[in-house]
Amino acid sequence: MSLPSQLDQVFVLLQHWVAGLFPVWLQPFVATVLAVVGIVASFPAIFAVTTVLERKGLGRIQNRLGPNRVGPLGILQPVADGIKSLTKEDIVPFTADGLVHFLAPVVLVVAVFLGFAVLPIGRNMVLANMDAGLLFFFAIGASTELSVFMAGWSSRNKYSLLGAMRAVAQMISYEVPLLLSATVIVMMTGSLSTVKIVEAQGGFTGFLPHWYVFTPWGFAGFVLFVIAALAETNRSPFDLPEGESELVAGYFTEYSGFKFALFFLGEYLGMFSIAGFAITLFLGGWGAPFSFLGFVPSWGWFFLKLLGAIALFIWLRGTLPRLRQDQLMNFAWKFMLPMTLLNLVVAGAWRFMGEGPFGGVTRWLVCSAVLLAAYVLLGRVLMRHQKLGPRSYRYAE
Amino acid sequence: MSHSSTAEMKVYRPPVVDIIEEGDELLEVAMGPHHPSTHGVFRMDVALDGERVIRLKPVFGYLHRNHEKIAEKASYLAAMPYTDRLDYFCSLTNNWAYALAVEKLAGIEVPERAEYIRVITAELTRIQNHASSIGFLMQEMGASGTPLMYAFREREKILDLFEELTGSRMMCNYMRFGGCRVELPTGWLAKAQTIVDGLPGFIDEIEALLTGNEILMARTQGMGVLKPDLAINAGVTGPMLRATGVNYDLRKVDHYGIYDRFKFRVPLGDHGDIFDRYMIRILEMRESVTILHQAIKDIPAGPIMDPKSKIRGFRPKPGEAYGRIEAPKGELGFYLISDGSGNPYRYRVRPPSLINLTILEDMCLGQNVADVVLIFGSVDIVLGEVDR
Repeated sequence: MSLPSQLDQVFVLLQHWVAGLFPVWLQPFVATVLAVVGIVASFPAIFAVTTVLERKGLGRIQNRLGPNRVGPLGILQPVADGIKSLTKEDIVPFTADGLVHFLAPVVLVVAVFLGFAVLPIGRNMVLANMDAGLLFFFAIGASTELSVFMAGWSSRNKYSLLGAMRAVAQMISYEVPLLLSATVIVMMTGSLSTVKIVEAQGGFTGFLPHWYVFTPWGFAGFVLFVIAALAETNRSPFDLPEGESELVAGYFTEYSGFKFALFFLGEYLGMFSIAGFAITLFLGGWGAPFSFLGFVPSWGWFFLKLLGAIALFIWLRGTLPRLRQDQLMNFAWKFMLPMTLLNLVVAGAWRFMGEGPFGGVTRWLVCSAVLLAAYVLLGRVLMRHQKLGPRSYRYAE
Repeated sequence: MSHSSTAEMKVYRPPVVDIIEEGDELLEVAMGPHHPSTHGVFRMDVALDGERVIRLKPVFGYLHRNHEKIAEKASYLAAMPYTDRLDYFCSLTNNWAYALAVEKLAGIEVPERAEYIRVITAELTRIQNHASSIGFLMQEMGASGTPLMYAFREREKILDLFEELTGSRMMCNYMRFGGCRVELPTGWLAKAQTIVDGLPGFIDEIEALLTGNEILMARTQGMGVLKPDLAINAGVTGPMLRATGVNYDLRKVDHYGIYDRFKFRVPLGDHGDIFDRYMIRILEMRESVTILHQAIKDIPAGPIMDPKSKIRGFRPKPGEAYGRIEAPKGELGFYLISDGSGNPYRYRVRPPSLINLTILEDMCLGQNVADVVLIFGSVDIVLGEVDR
């Protein structure tokens, strides 16, 4: 094996080597445990790095330095935060439902970790290559709502309850466009397996990759998926469930100490897994962006793309104000849903035209025009209905 | 957003007592006194139907410091530093309003140079107050601190100027009856000029970030509408009142100080909603910049204190006076009665923050709980002035 491909498969080879040290009947079990350990160790480590990156990035956006006290340039901040949250008093409200209050963060973290099982992190690097991987991911993603509501309900706090109500309504609403925008990929690939979806995007034209985001329906699907993912992970500008200025901290107002840290962890891991799926579905997964960059390990590309997605999320958080509940719902049902449904039709037309005589440039133009026209029209109609717009002001001398 | 625009907006006023008797479940939330967006210690007892506000009762007084009674027991001058603590964002305008009241009471003339210094410091105060109030409003909208930090960057520059001039960044205690406490330091005007020259760029920047943002428009336009007649009846003043379209700016109405020497315009809104209040503050900052340019250019040399005015043993003749100025938050007035002794017989503050806050429930009824926070933020209050 050449060096690049050895580097590419370094984790897989390591796994095989360690598993080979055990008796044959134990080997599948050991291999799985090793993969699980890898995921459970690496993603929280990324979470730790992300907390610093986010605070530093937000700081830079806001003309601040961000954390710079702990360690060189503040990079040891997550260690300090971890020690703090472990040693803090764990306060459970007197009237809270103790068991449910305890279970809620655990349920969240477990559900979120399960989502990583079907995420292809690199070539041959997926824990469970399921035929219905995509379905599994969305099913698991939906169960985080349960933990959110458990947290809000069991705390016996009005802010928690309002936050949980908002969170559940928001997450259920945005699951519809999330699923529908991913369905396009399933239509084109003909498979629900995440590995097959990545492999279908593996080719190159010249030096440019065949990623789905470089098609009209793929681009629209990607934008819709990212918006829905922001809402699904309660990130700004859809961070209403924990809207600090309104609901103190939303559904985890009454959590402190390590349970709070678990919520924090669960939220960020949810963001990673959904960003990982956006990468898998639309951005070629672990594929290289140019054909001449194939020597870089596949997992390297995956994590680089993940870093890019995280940077995008931080940027959005530093720029945009928050929507209101009813506007959020309006946006989901009146804009996102029609657009995703139209995108399904466009994707079908794309496939159909590719087989007929209208391939090439024509189908590009037609599909882009349909999506763009729908976007402009829908946006115009919604804005006009709400009578929003810039205003002019008069002056008195 | 069915009720978006101005005139046809109906405020939802259900018969509150009936609802409770029928046993419908209202959620009563005490927002405050320790809540992230109450600007200090302030409580709103909110009754919610879902997330819709049915009742809202503002509760204040947590920060009551007996300001007026203390001032009645202290000498006239000793009350001056206490006025810094009213609206601690704008101590210089507070100083001016109190000095103006005492000057009216005792008939003290103010030298021209002192008047110019007062105008310069007051307009700088207005700019930093409006900028940070916009920043806080955006913070409450969930903009993650970015606009606030942009505003605070400019505020820092202005506070540095204040520090150099008065020795303190926020508690300035600068004005005296008949002038100002100290002469401008050497080179202060040049520094002020540089900062003022940079301000339009800052306002353009914050407008580029915010004004055209669809989320901001959707959150603020048609929200928290205040009608002009209600605003006048409630005694609302300042940007809140001008956003409803009422042309009332004490700098134009009273011509106090030397404001009639400067060319500036008064921006007026038409809708009286949160967006108008935001825009009026932006436009007022621009007008303040033009005033500052003129004032810094025209400031004459001369004394900064009326040499006749007494500092020690200051005993005005018996009588009463009401001095008022256009503070950044509205009409700030001081009402004084003198009985000829060394301390005022009656000392009363007309706080714009408190009076602008009285119509909070009228603006909030029928709105979403998320909008209550925004509407409250758009009033622009400082609890030190509300509770005194």
